[in-house]
Amino acid sequence: MTGWAAQGVALGAGSLLLTAVLLVWRAGTRNAALLLGVQGASLALLVLTLGVHHHDAELVGVALLVLAVKAALVPWAVGTTASHVGTPPPARLSPAVALVATTLLTTLGFWVSRPVVSASGPGAGAVPVGFALVLIGFMVMLTRRDALAQLVGFVVVDNGIATVAFLAAGGVPLVVELGVSVDVVLVVLILRVLVRRIEHVFGSTDLALLEELSDR
Amino acid sequence: MTPTTRAARLLPLLASATLLVAGLVLLLGTHPAEPFAAGLLRVDALSAYFLVVVGAVALTVTAAGPPPAGEPDAQLRYAGWLVLFLGAMTLTLLADNLGLMWVGIEGTTIATAFLVGHRGDRRAVEAAWKYVVLGSVGVAIALFGLVLLYAAGSGEQRTLSWSALMADPAMLDPDLARLALALAVLGLATKAGLAPMHAWLPDAHSQAPAPVSGLMSGVLLSVAFYGILRLQAVSDLVVGPGLMRALLVGGGLLSLGVATALMLGQRDLKRLLAYSSTEHLGLIALGAGIGGPLALGAALLHVVAHGLAKAVLFVTAGRILDETGTVRLGDLHGLLAERPRLAWPLLGGMATLLGLPPGALFLTELGILAAAWQQGLGWVSLLAASLLAVAFAALARHTLSITLGAGPGDDATSDAGRAGSFARPAPLGLALAATVLVGLTPGMQTVLDRAAAALGVS
Repeated sequence: MTGWAAQGVALGAGSLLLTAVLLVWRAGTRNAALLLGVQGASLALLVLTLGVHHHDAELVGVALLVLAVKAALVPWAVGTTASHVGTPPPARLSPAVALVATTLLTTLGFWVSRPVVSASGPGAGAVPVGFALVLIGFMVMLTRRDALAQLVGFVVVDNGIATVAFLAAGGVPLVVELGVSVDVVLVVLILRVLVRRIEHVFGSTDLALLEELSDR
Repeated sequence: MTPTTRAARLLPLLASATLLVAGLVLLLGTHPAEPFAAGLLRVDALSAYFLVVVGAVALTVTAAGPPPAGEPDAQLRYAGWLVLFLGAMTLTLLADNLGLMWVGIEGTTIATAFLVGHRGDRRAVEAAWKYVVLGSVGVAIALFGLVLLYAAGSGEQRTLSWSALMADPAMLDPDLARLALALAVLGLATKAGLAPMHAWLPDAHSQAPAPVSGLMSGVLLSVAFYGILRLQAVSDLVVGPGLMRALLVGGGLLSLGVATALMLGQRDLKRLLAYSSTEHLGLIALGAGIGGPLALGAALLHVVAHGLAKAVLFVTAGRILDETGTVRLGDLHGLLAERPRLAWPLLGGMATLLGLPPGALFLTELGILAAAWQQGLGWVSLLAASLLAVAFAALARHTLSITLGAGPGDDATSDAGRAGSFARPAPLGLALAATVLVGLTPGMQTVLDRAAAALGVS
């Protein structure tokens, strides 16, 4: 892969990673929806590049699906929830520590993805970005006490998985892609309802308040 | 009874009965594993077997469980989610495509999310949140594994069909497949309630309505484990049996240990039952990990007997909560004297879970322990047997303390006067009878052998 296609993949992958880092850094703000939108659009760009490069009409169609779902629908669901809930509780990690952790996780992503990169696939060189996204998403879910931030982390994990799928294998079969997209959208919508219920019932989206169920 | 109420009552019942009949026809028919729906779906002896289990457990909880509560609209919504839940499990069992199977498993989370949180109070919202987040994260890891498994195929032959992968395992890059299969199994283990990913289970089970708890514990966990069995069959061919044996035996023993420890000091009947599910799924994982026809057959038989016993117990626990207002073990006494209609199914179900003869779990537990010994895993056998003994003591102690002795005797209304609308004795009795009969029916061995053969074990 050379020329414009390589540049398209590089731009998409770089932008995916950058938005993930920004999501970690700007922990306190409520404009995660915008960053998720850019991240979704970057993924769509990446898929579109692969589709055009391989003259694969199905993949171009999938790029439009990705654009609709990950760059519009999911960020919308996150954004409208953000406007309904109050100030988030503080993160467990300071932004500086979180950024250092992000760097380490990205390095780890490059290291663990070696067997994938060596098994050839279109654009396999950028696969580590997908691994890094998955790891960063998990870190967000583990270190945030805020229900909405956990939803954001889940979306980042899912974007990472999709990135690996497209770069390492040219995407999963269409019927699976459709099923997975529907499931992911439904889970995001359910989490959105639950975030609002938590805000309504507990008066805050602080997950530290969820401590009534235990074995004691 | 309005038409809406009647529909809400009948729909899940009808869906369950259909699944049971369809499963039995497929199981007893002599069809080879035919693909259909453009090769996306396939029924073989194993999927038919699990279909029967889902149908039987669903029929037990819908026939014996409480009718949907609330306004007619809410009742219909409840019935709709329940049917969707059954549909998602059916898709999981019929898919000859690991991606589609994943869609079904994630679908079960979606269908049950609002059923778990239906009461809308603090505890219900907390349980629903933890359930959906942990469940989705778990299956996200599984999806990651499946994506890598797809990438491990070479070029044009890439596929996620388990039958195609089993037919031509050499198409997979073994190094990548190892990572992919391990991730996929770890992810599905979350939905199967295996330790250390079991944290959602007691919360969700204790907050969901009785029929939903019964379904989650009785079959959802096993359906997720069905996915693990399909992955194991592929993995054994691609990278040898060592990987899955290590994962499943390790996870199984850990589940047994963790569940046993938490059952010992348990204070809530529904949570006790939930941890018992982790214990039994641990045993099933152990059976599958040990491998071979004896252990796998025992694990499969364990699935049906445990599922039916749990269905009976969760319905009964729901009724106990309804009548006494509590499921706290410390507040329940003398059920046998005060409410024999509830105490007998409780004792019957517990006797099955404890592995007392003539229940089938007596045979399956012996089978799994003996198979471990046979295959040179004597230490596994010994460790599992000691953990089972402690779990037995914990469960037996709690059961006896709530059933025996004199009841509170204050406002206890007479049992006969409370012949209520659910925990009907007939379906509960039938289900308990089935847990014994499955172990004694002569044809059962053939059924189990055919199911094991579908996984390449004979």
